[in-house]
Amino acid sequence: MTVTELVSYEDALAAYDPVMGLEVHVELGTKTKMFCGCSTALGAEPNTQTCPTCLGLPGSLPVVNATGVESAIKIGLALNCEIAEWCRFARKNYFYPDMPKNFQTSQYDEPIAYNGYLDVDVDGEVFRVEIERAHMEEDTGKSTHVGGATGRIHGAQHSLLDYNRAGIPLIEIVTKPIVGAGEKAPEVAKAYVTELRELIKSLGVSEARMEMGQMRCDVNLSLRPRGVEKFGTRSETKNVNSLRSVERAVRFEVQRHAAVLDDGGTIIQETRHFHEEDGSTTSGRVKEEAEDYRYFPEPDLVPVAPTRAWVEELRGGLPELPRVYRNRLREEWGLSRHEMQSVLNAGAIDLITATIDEGAPADQARKWWMGELARRANEDGVELAALPITPAQVARVCALVKEGSLNDKLARQTIEGVLAGEGGPDEVVTKRGLKVVSDEGALGTAVDEAIAANAAIADKIRGGKVAAAGALVGAVMKATRGQADAARVRELILEKLGVEG
Amino acid sequence: MTDLTRLTAAEIAARIASGEVTAVEVTEAHLARIEAVDEKVHAFLHVDREGALAQARAVDEKRERGEELGPLAGVPLALKDIFTTKGIPTTVGSKILEGWIPPYDATVTQRLRDADVIVLGKTNMDEFAMGSSTENSAFGPTGNPWDLTRIPGGSGGGSSASLASFQAPLAIGTDTGGSIRQPAAVTGTVGVKPTYGGVSRYGMVAFSSSLDQGGPCARTVLDAALLHEVIAGHDPMDSTSIDEPVPAVVEAARNGSVRGMRIGVVKEFAGEGYQAGVMQRFNESVELLRELGAEIEEISCPSFDKALAAYYLIAPSECSSNLARFDAMRYGLRVGDDGTKSAEEVTALTRAEGFGAEVKRRIMLGTYALSSGYYDAYYGSAQKVRTLIKRDFEKAFERVDVLISPTTPTTAFPIGERADDPMAMYLADLCTIPTNLAGNAAMSLPCGLAPEDGLPVGLQIIAPAMADDRLYRVGAAVEAALADKWGHPLLEEAPSL
Repeated sequence: MTVTELVSYEDALAAYDPVMGLEVHVELGTKTKMFCGCSTALGAEPNTQTCPTCLGLPGSLPVVNATGVESAIKIGLALNCEIAEWCRFARKNYFYPDMPKNFQTSQYDEPIAYNGYLDVDVDGEVFRVEIERAHMEEDTGKSTHVGGATGRIHGAQHSLLDYNRAGIPLIEIVTKPIVGAGEKAPEVAKAYVTELRELIKSLGVSEARMEMGQMRCDVNLSLRPRGVEKFGTRSETKNVNSLRSVERAVRFEVQRHAAVLDDGGTIIQETRHFHEEDGSTTSGRVKEEAEDYRYFPEPDLVPVAPTRAWVEELRGGLPELPRVYRNRLREEWGLSRHEMQSVLNAGAIDLITATIDEGAPADQARKWWMGELARRANEDGVELAALPITPAQVARVCALVKEGSLNDKLARQTIEGVLAGEGGPDEVVTKRGLKVVSDEGALGTAVDEAIAANAAIADKIRGGKVAAAGALVGAVMKATRGQADAARVRELILEKLGVEG
Repeated sequence: MTDLTRLTAAEIAARIASGEVTAVEVTEAHLARIEAVDEKVHAFLHVDREGALAQARAVDEKRERGEELGPLAGVPLALKDIFTTKGIPTTVGSKILEGWIPPYDATVTQRLRDADVIVLGKTNMDEFAMGSSTENSAFGPTGNPWDLTRIPGGSGGGSSASLASFQAPLAIGTDTGGSIRQPAAVTGTVGVKPTYGGVSRYGMVAFSSSLDQGGPCARTVLDAALLHEVIAGHDPMDSTSIDEPVPAVVEAARNGSVRGMRIGVVKEFAGEGYQAGVMQRFNESVELLRELGAEIEEISCPSFDKALAAYYLIAPSECSSNLARFDAMRYGLRVGDDGTKSAEEVTALTRAEGFGAEVKRRIMLGTYALSSGYYDAYYGSAQKVRTLIKRDFEKAFERVDVLISPTTPTTAFPIGERADDPMAMYLADLCTIPTNLAGNAAMSLPCGLAPEDGLPVGLQIIAPAMADDRLYRVGAAVEAALADKWGHPLLEEAPSL
């Protein structure tokens, strides 16, 4: 392994323009495999979910899983792709021990979906990522290399093969070259994978859990000197399997490529491994010559020809897509793109929506989740959704404020009580005695006392300096230990001093 | 007592159904025949004596219980060793599968068992069905019962020889370029390549997926039809299987007639390379059909000239991919696994020893033809020729109901004669290949002995896709007329061994 002195990210970007290509594999959540009836459930004993077909035994044949095709079309439609009227599977011929037939049943020049795009939000701006294609294929088995230091095949004493995963349906989604992202390339890459994951989840075709390998990303990156049209040589960083890693991998490769190029070196087209520990990549195998997969149409399968009626039916049944949904909410809630991005990043969209559904006004719901509750989650180092308070409880607090039973300060205390496990909002209010003082008699007395004690201020107000009323309100609030309705207090003060509010 | 091995399948089934003989007696008679002659013929790679007798006993018990028996219940059959058989070795004529016991039955195997057809054993074949003589078997050649020094055809030489030597009344073959029809022709038996998709390929070890088709082999047209009905029909395990009713082949075989039929003679299948005696018998067959009331017309299919070239690009291409799985990792032969060699070396050593020369030749041809830069010129062009051949057939079938030709240009050649000349070997399939490329149906049935060598000549009948019944209608008419003319079935003239 050669250690390259990295160039700083800023210097790299000053000299070069990054071009990315992202290849994302999504394991579909179908009950059975792509070409046989075996279960896709995770966690079974090795090689218990296999049959002649997914083991590639002599004589076995594949049959296409219709749900897999349906999922692929849904993904294609959601990515604004054209859906092929007629397409075929193809054999991708290459050798690997965990691939039972020594060819992968995939698609080549006739993908089910092609020519689409996905818009992503980066720093409040929209960036359009063009989609080259989305195609169907099957997953390989899993190799475990035993006895080596690295867990890779080199140096291993023996290897264990588990074919439970062999034949699980995959959709491979390939972008066109992503140009123009500039210094935001890492953020664009992360935002794209994030958005894609949200999209896949909203379609219900996969849980897309990256930590479970249900969604895997390969990052292709090249640099070209600023002002040069022609793309540079790319590296292919395989299995970058978290959102944060996608961002780090792009950043690292930009810095590494720049260092090599600055030294007058040339980038080798190669596969690279990503390392979670330090965010670096190291060389995998060098592609000395372009791999020749000898693709040809899979003769064991008949072509897939989705009728237009079916495609339109699927289009009609698509859920509101995450970004459209977020834009609608953003408008409903009256937020800027930037504010909405914060809500998304905080993971608060579903919580706020649920709170609104429970009757809270949008601004109030957002105020609590993005303010007090976000602060608490941050302090406690937990996800917002993991706080021990429900959207219904937040909505109840909002309702109590609206009816005047609580003011802002009391509402905060109520939420604190709920988070402390003292019960629901009403229970906390009762237990802690947090009711707003709304008894006009008691309040009137408190106001009279405050005017008497602050004669100079009262005179200023009488003289027309209405703004000075704040001081008297403060005094009343202090006297009532914060349990008064501040707005009502102000009204009473002005009334008693004979001034129009 | 009658020699049970001389009966047709239909006769055997009738006698078992009536209680005249038991299935066990029939099976024992055939096992005895195998024991007596197969040392000379070498039709079988594996005889499942116990399994066959157990199946036969079950049939007899069924009958005793008064259960209804299928039309071929208790009839013995020889199964080409390309179909997987649960618990019984399946070699595909190759050393690479040495020691492999399949954990599952092919759909064809399953349907035979369900129909109570007795599986006697597995028959010899050219390795991975690649060949026209069965000389490419890793387990030694099979002799032609008409002359044991000659080839029984290939790849299904074991199946055709088992029929011609009365070791079985029924057999199953597979036809990728003629491997059912050419062996039938040179052994004086009947063989049918059904419409592609007519018989399930599930559990049939693949040579060339878009061409391979399993089918029935028998000594009579009716027997072939009875077997055809048992094995044909839609199979959800095979995507290329046709989801339509099986053509009424048995009815057609029982009602042979060509009166009023239009029959086309393929113009391209004659001339140089065609043995005189073969053409003589073929021309007599044409006259016979005319006498039987058919309208005869000569039909030109100009693209057929390119069929052989296209075939030898498509079949090797598909085989190079289909055979990639034989890598010593999971099943079959494993050479050099002594702990000192890498996985790659073990794979290479295993393939070097496990695959025969013809298989290696085709894997290399196919790998080359699919390589980037060559794909369009080779595989791509071959697919275009395939389309042209389909069009030739479509045009022909607008004018005629069936086409006819000699099945193969020559009678059985001596073992060893063409073993070192692949091109000469490939020519044996000249007339049969177009049907595989187009996916329609064809039959070979005996039409006499060539005067110069006294060996059987095959008549090929070709029908449109899913019109397999026409083969049987025409075949049955020819068979009956020839039997009248000769006074006995042709096979009675074969040596008794």
